[in-house]
Order: sequence, then C-alpha cells, then structure tokens
Amino acid sequence: MADTTTASRSFVRRLLRQPGARWSVIAIALLVVVAVFGPSVLRHIQGYGPNDQLQIVQLKNAPPSWAHPFGTDRLGRDLLSRVVTGAQISLAISVVAVALSITVGTAYGLVSGYAGGWVDAVMMRILDGFLAIPRVLLLIALATMADRMPLWKLVLLIGGTGWFGVSRLIRAETIVLRRSTFIESAHALGASMTRTMWRHVLPNVLTPVIVFATLSVGNVILLESGLSYLGAGTKIPTASWGAIFNDGMGSAGDVWWVLLFPGLAILITVLAFNVLGDALRDVLDPRHLHASHTPQIAEAATSATPEKNG
Amino acid sequence: MRRRLAARLGQSIVVTFIVATISFFAIRAAPGDPFSYSAKPLSQSLREQLRRESGYDRPMAEQYLRYLRKIARGDLGYSFNKGEYVTTALAQALPRTLLLAGIALVLSFVIGIALGVTQATRAGWFDRMTSTVILIFYSVPDFWGAMIMLTIFASWWRLFPPGDIVTPVMHDYMPAWKAFADRVWHLILPVASLTLLSLAGIARYQRAAMLDVLPSDFIRTARAKGVSERGLVWRHAFRNALTPMVTILGLTLPAFLGGLVFIERVFTWPGIGSLAAEAIEGRDYDLVTGTVIVGAILVVFGNLLADLLHAAIDPRVRE
Repeated sequence: MADTTTASRSFVRRLLRQPGARWSVIAIALLVVVAVFGPSVLRHIQGYGPNDQLQIVQLKNAPPSWAHPFGTDRLGRDLLSRVVTGAQISLAISVVAVALSITVGTAYGLVSGYAGGWVDAVMMRILDGFLAIPRVLLLIALATMADRMPLWKLVLLIGGTGWFGVSRLIRAETIVLRRSTFIESAHALGASMTRTMWRHVLPNVLTPVIVFATLSVGNVILLESGLSYLGAGTKIPTASWGAIFNDGMGSAGDVWWVLLFPGLAILITVLAFNVLGDALRDVLDPRHLHASHTPQIAEAATSATPEKNG
Repeated sequence: MRRRLAARLGQSIVVTFIVATISFFAIRAAPGDPFSYSAKPLSQSLREQLRRESGYDRPMAEQYLRYLRKIARGDLGYSFNKGEYVTTALAQALPRTLLLAGIALVLSFVIGIALGVTQATRAGWFDRMTSTVILIFYSVPDFWGAMIMLTIFASWWRLFPPGDIVTPVMHDYMPAWKAFADRVWHLILPVASLTLLSLAGIARYQRAAMLDVLPSDFIRTARAKGVSERGLVWRHAFRNALTPMVTILGLTLPAFLGGLVFIERVFTWPGIGSLAAEAIEGRDYDLVTGTVIVGAILVVFGNLLADLLHAAIDPRVRE
C-alpha cells in the first residue's frame, strides 16, 4: 500500500516537471472552477442569465465595454455570461462523452483481442467499417435525424462514435499481453477468462487509455463546437461554445468580439488538454518514443492519438 | 504484389458494404424519418402516402435488402429539397471537393513532413518554438480558424473573395486566362486554411517518427562511415521515417474530410461538405446518407491508395 502512494507521488512529481504540464493543470483547474461556479456567480452579480435578451436596441452587437467585457451578440445577450456558461456545457458534454467512449472502446478491444480467431476478425472488420466513416459526417447524419435533440442524446451520439480508435489500441495491447507469462500463469492457476481479463489484462492496458482520454477531451470539445456551429449540435438557445457563433453572429467582420472570445475559450481549453495529454504520455508511456518501426505499431500509435475531427 | 492488390481490393469492398450497413442501421435507429422533418410543409395524409411509396412502412429486413439493392445499382435516393437525384447533386459537388482537398492534402503533407523533419533534427529553441506554434494550430477549431482567415483577408483587407468557387455571373464572360485566374483567386483562401489547419497534426507525427529513427544503430553506422549530416537526415533517416507516414496518410483521411466539411461551410465552397451542411438544415434524409457513404468510399479507397504507396516505397511489404 505504501508503495503505491510513493509511486503515485513520484508520478505526479515527474508529470509536473514536464514543461507545460504545470500550467495546463492550473488552466484546467481554473476552467473547472469557472464551469462549476461561474454561471451562478455571474447571474448573481449581473442579475441576468446567458439567454436573457437585454435592451435589443442599444445592446445589439455592442462592442466590449465595462458593463459587458466581451460585448453582446446580435440578439443583445451578454457574451461573457454565454462564454462562461458555455464552459460548463461544453466541458460537461465532452467529459461525459469521452468517459462513455473510453468504456465502450476498452470493453470492445479487450474482448476482441482476448478472444482472437474469427471473433476477432469479424469484430475488427466491423471496426474498419466504423473507422472509414468520417466522424463529422456520421454525426451530422445522426443529428439531422434526431431533430431538436436533448443534451443527453447529443452526448450519447458523440460518445457512441468515439470509441473506435480506443478499441483498436486496447486490442493491440491485449494481444501482446495475452502471450505474456503472467497471463499464462493466471490461467494455469485456474483463473476464469473474465477474471483474467478484468483483474490482469485490464489494469495493464489502462496506461495508454489515460493518455488517449485526456487528448480526447480536447478533441471532443472541438467536435462539439464544430457540430453546434453547423447547427447539428446543442439546440438553440443553449450557450455551448460552438452555438455562440451559430446563433450569435450575423456576418463576421464587424462583430470581431463574437468571433474572438468564444474561440479563444475553446482554443485555450483544447490547448490545455493537449499539453496535458502530451505530458502524460511522456511520463506514462516512454515506449512511444521508439515504437513506430513496423507499420502495425505505427498504426497502433496513430490510434493512440485521437485525431482532430476524428 | 498483384495478389496483395486483389486482397486489399476485396477487403475495401467488404468495408464499403459494412459502412453502408452501419449507416443504414444507425440512421434508422435515430428517431423519425425523412417525412417527419421535411422543410416543406406537408399534410399528414401526404406524409403517410410518401412513407408508403418510399417503403418506410415495410419491415426493417425488407427495407435493408431493398436499400442494398438500390446502392448496388448506384441509386442513392432523391433529395426533396434540391429537387434532384442525390447522385446528381453528389456528382456535381465531388470534383470541387476533390480539387480543394487534393491540393490541400498534398500541400499539408509536403509542408508538414518538411517541418517535422527539420524540427527533429534541430533540437533547441527552433524545435520548442515551432512545437508550441504547431500545438496551438492543432488546438484551433477548424471552423474558427477559417472564419478568422475569412475575416482578416476577405472582410478587412479584401485581398480575397469572401467565398464561393468563382465570381458569380461575371465568370462566364471572362476570357480564358482571366477565368482561370478567377478560379485560382477563389481557391487560395480555402486551400490555405485547410492546409494550415491540417499540417499541424502531420508535422507532429513526422517529428515523432524522425525522433524514433535518428537514434537507430544504422544511423550511427552511416555516420561512422562518413555520410554527411544532410545525407544522414534525408537519405537514411527520412526514408525510414516516411513509411509510418504513409500509413498515417490513410488513417488521417476521415479526420481530414471532417475538417473539410467546416472549411467548405465557412467559405461557402459548394462541395460535399457544404452539401452535408445544407442537408442538415433542410433535414434532407437521402442526401445526408449519400454524403456519408461517398465520404466513406473516399476514405476506403484513399486507404487502398496509401497501402499501394506503402508497398511502393517499402520493399519489405512487397514480399
């Protein structure tokens, strides 16, 4: 027990020694605080919410001022409170969606890699089919059919289309592990298949999953904002980061603040998660530094990095 | 080689079939059908009639078989909002998408690879600085990056047109050279945006692949034999770091097409991506399915191409 604590403490220390990891942890912590408390605090101070239309005549597309530091959009809504509320919505969507896709992907990859044989072959061909569909297009198609989707359905859709890469990764790791001596000895000791998978294989494949999940959060934020920008994401007037553009901006150019502030919020958040993911990988999985000599491993390494828009 | 090609081709066809199956069931699983959300006002009885005519009241298995038969015949359905066959709309949009995507794909790979190699061989401030800039570009939402480019270069400085593929109307009256220049002028901004936003990921991979190869024994041997640093990097290390990149080319295609949807939307480039975005607004059922299938086919055959390329540059794959 004492060993684990020391190990995890030294892990944290090694992580924080990574360049950039420190500020990304701080940035994410700040973001979480803003997302949790920001909207209610702002409402208390300002006296209006993110969807309240203020005086439409004076405050339509008003540039940043002391009363409205981020300006207002074309419907006369305060952008600061929309961006802050967006932090809550977008972060929540992406964290839950990533948790969902990691769980499904891990289970699928574990079963496929462990079963081997024709089960594995069939499961992998199905996965090839999923991987061939551009995720943005698939999500657009699904969102189109589910008109005026409640938030939980959007989360379900995003999470349900994000597990393909992770299951490939887990499968590759599982296949390597399955041949190892300690799994063989677990079998020899009479451990059942489920027990071996659950107690012995799973803990050993989790390391790359942590990295994948961290990088995925950033990617899903990008994806959700893109979908909402296209009008296939959160429904009006929900103030998710992408939707702020979609229904807050008439034409670009003269309303630079509507373009700038939500975009910067997305950029900073995604950047923080990407920096943290890179740092985690360097600390947890030094293998990737010299792993891509064969195409198979290169492929596994590629699926270890969630693709932007993918 | 020929056998490998045949096997891969067979696999591609199987994957295409699976894609068609997935899109059928995924979309059927979503609530509603094309006639419950059509943008055009329809009476209840007309909706029922359309449903019957298109076979949406039949059992799922029958619908699925009918759908496969239709696709095999190359019939992707009818777009109610555009008033034309989906294949017609797609055939019109596809060459425009390929033009934009082809140029941007080549540019982003060439620049991204060159950047990654240079980074890997120049540790220190250059590597740190470019890595940071690349990570920032990697974290930019594609639609936002494109909108910034549009705002700066088309709205504020008016150097480039704010979208579309050619100057409307006037293009038809231009002499040949001017019409060509007009096309190029309209291409620059979308191509530049797509390239800038896609090359970041490629440079990241190439840098990692080079850092992988550079410490190898064969590089040390070559250096000991007196190969110049330049030859070491480009002739020995780079060639070995290029093979994983070809695999990556195939694997990044779906994501690349995803980015393309946003770029086309922002620059109102009338390609597949715009078609898909338009189809959302109009709840245009068949058109959406059609774009998904065509997108997937592009990916599958892009992968096939990457595989052949891989065999061409790596003798180990050729058997």
